[in-house]
Amino acid sequence: MKVLTALSGGVDSAVAAARMVEQGHDVTAVHLALARTHEGQVGSRGCCTPADARDAKRVADVLGIPYYVWDFSERFKDDVMDNFVNEYAAGNTPNPCVRCNESIKFAAVLERGLALGFDAIATGHHAQLKEVNGSKQLYRSIDAAKDQSYVLSVLTAQQLAHSLFPLGDVTKAEVRAEAAAKGLLVAEKPESYDICFIPDNDTAGWLNKQIQPKVGKVIDAVTGNELTEHDGAHQFTVGQRRGLHLDRPAPDGQPRYVLNVDTKTQTVFVGPETLLSVTKIFADRSKWTSGSAPEVGTAVMVQLRAHGEPLAARVVKADEEIEVELDQSTRSVAPGQTLAIYDEDRVIGSGTITRSSR
Amino acid sequence: MAYLDHAATTNLLPEVKSLLVEQLGVAANPSSLHESGRKARQQVEEARERIAKAINVRAAEIFFTAGGTESDNIAIKGLHWARQRDAKRPLILVSAVEHHAVLDPAKWLADRGEATLEFIPVDQLGRIDMKWLDTKLAIAADQISLISVMWANNEVGTVQPIAEVVELAARYHIPVHTDAVQALGTLPIDLTLIPVAAFAASGHKIGALHGTGFLMLRTGVKVEPLQHGGNQERDVRSGTINAAGAQALALAVELAVARQAAHAQRMSQLRNELVTQVKVAVPEAVYNGDPEDRLPGNAHFSFFGAEGDAMLMLLDSHGVQVSTGSACSAGIAQPSHVLIAMGMDSVKAKSSLRFSLGSTSSSADIAKLAAVLPDVVARAKSAGMASETKVKAQV
Repeated sequence: MKVLTALSGGVDSAVAAARMVEQGHDVTAVHLALARTHEGQVGSRGCCTPADARDAKRVADVLGIPYYVWDFSERFKDDVMDNFVNEYAAGNTPNPCVRCNESIKFAAVLERGLALGFDAIATGHHAQLKEVNGSKQLYRSIDAAKDQSYVLSVLTAQQLAHSLFPLGDVTKAEVRAEAAAKGLLVAEKPESYDICFIPDNDTAGWLNKQIQPKVGKVIDAVTGNELTEHDGAHQFTVGQRRGLHLDRPAPDGQPRYVLNVDTKTQTVFVGPETLLSVTKIFADRSKWTSGSAPEVGTAVMVQLRAHGEPLAARVVKADEEIEVELDQSTRSVAPGQTLAIYDEDRVIGSGTITRSSR
Repeated sequence: MAYLDHAATTNLLPEVKSLLVEQLGVAANPSSLHESGRKARQQVEEARERIAKAINVRAAEIFFTAGGTESDNIAIKGLHWARQRDAKRPLILVSAVEHHAVLDPAKWLADRGEATLEFIPVDQLGRIDMKWLDTKLAIAADQISLISVMWANNEVGTVQPIAEVVELAARYHIPVHTDAVQALGTLPIDLTLIPVAAFAASGHKIGALHGTGFLMLRTGVKVEPLQHGGNQERDVRSGTINAAGAQALALAVELAVARQAAHAQRMSQLRNELVTQVKVAVPEAVYNGDPEDRLPGNAHFSFFGAEGDAMLMLLDSHGVQVSTGSACSAGIAQPSHVLIAMGMDSVKAKSSLRFSLGSTSSSADIAKLAAVLPDVVARAKSAGMASETKVKAQV
């Protein structure tokens, strides 16, 4: 197979590429230039830096495969960075890695690769693909701590058909050991956890430069009293406790959390943790990774955050919009996050959370 | 493999290789006072004389450097600084299609507030606007520290009217620097006929070593040095002189100049063959640059709707090596400033490829290119322009 492998400059994609070469595929490496936030000699952590591009090139050299840089920075800005800003401005909490997978890596890049004559794209994501009744199904990685099936749950069955995840059956520790054994210099490279286009991890500071600050009120949802003012509703996310700058404690002395963010009126509602408790989750932009939507009433597992626990739930609605009811209530989740739906460890599909209720 | 990127670098000449094998084993610093040092010094000075003779200047006007970029940097920064000694002359004029080795030092000076920079516009063929220059000199000559116009363009191959530039500038006593990296060995060069103040050349473009080159600085033209140390090359360029490299460079320059006419004729014929084949293979291909007055081994095309990067990758996979001709930053192709200056928009500029021929090129290389090009262009078109397409991807 002619395989396009996306080399980020990190250890996972390096080992994924090495495994593709060992399996006898005709492998070509591309490094995706996405966020143009770094200059020249600076920038040594995260991804998307010139240093990462050099590391990726050296991996390709060691593997003896051709290497090119593909510039998707304009698409990335439009579809991921601007989306990130717009979602925050609308009071949502987006996951840019999900958007990047959905619209860049497994869409624009895959589409370009297929047009240029490649059969599939291989990445270093920690997830498994298994052939079930003639179709490719997405499963969690065997390394639960590193599992990335959640950020891949936006992929369609057609996209999965052209995807390869060579690292689903190994742990992160094994990936590092394999990289070292293969002489890949990125074996000891530190993890990049954060948002690649925000180099100093200061998401709030970065957003403040993108979003015009608008003063609004912080209201106690229980009493209706105004507690304080804030200088931008985008700085608050549902479930947030810290950084509310409330000088008066609640009458019962319990900590208060962000319950809701109304960006139309710039109002942030806060209240006790008990009011955060929800059982119904609503989502739109459904994607059926498994190939078809689950039947209404199906017992499923859902995941509401990138590193969240799987929760037992029942499907109430599953067409373009999704509704699930949790078996047990959970703390409210911010709109904009992805609702990933699983059949045990197998991904059925996902949607973008619009709201949740008791 | 068909190597069609000789403008990026070309093969070491066999004569140069033999000479280097012999010379690189010798321990000799041309600045040493003992016999080995004297011998090496003699060879360096002979190399200097041979280069001077080849381009018709004086030996004392040749300064060995580490290549075209360094020579251009000394010419731009060094000359600009020196020209501020007796009067304030802030204005640097460079053609809009210069190589980055000229553009970037000029921009660097401007960014630091040490110069004002203006670009001499070019027409659709990439040829500079002499009327613009004439007018500019008539109104601002006393403000101008230097003019830099390349002898011939590295991307689209257009030859500049350098003789006219020098003649015009001479009336105002303004020094002219020329980046002749692509011209040496491919175009006739006699610097008594075209008396530029400074002239930059590179070794590896003519079959000598990478990391070698020279700057011709006319007697009386002063420059501030960029690096300081052992005062070699009469203070213009400190650093131990690469004696073997200088000899190899001299041999390559001599051969390049001696063979220029025959080489240019052969390259022109091959290039015309390539142009014909490309147009047959892809009739909608647009031939860029001056169709007549251009580098003999250069052919530059735009294939609108197909991205240069994609075509380069596909050709590479077929063993055909070409260039998008534009500068890279961390491997990311920028739209060529040369094509933009010629009036092309950035999307069209990114759909371009440069094919450049050299001494080892043959009809077989061209046939190989022509055989795969239709499919390569069609595939690249179907993949679209990565950076520009806004169409939501659906696989």
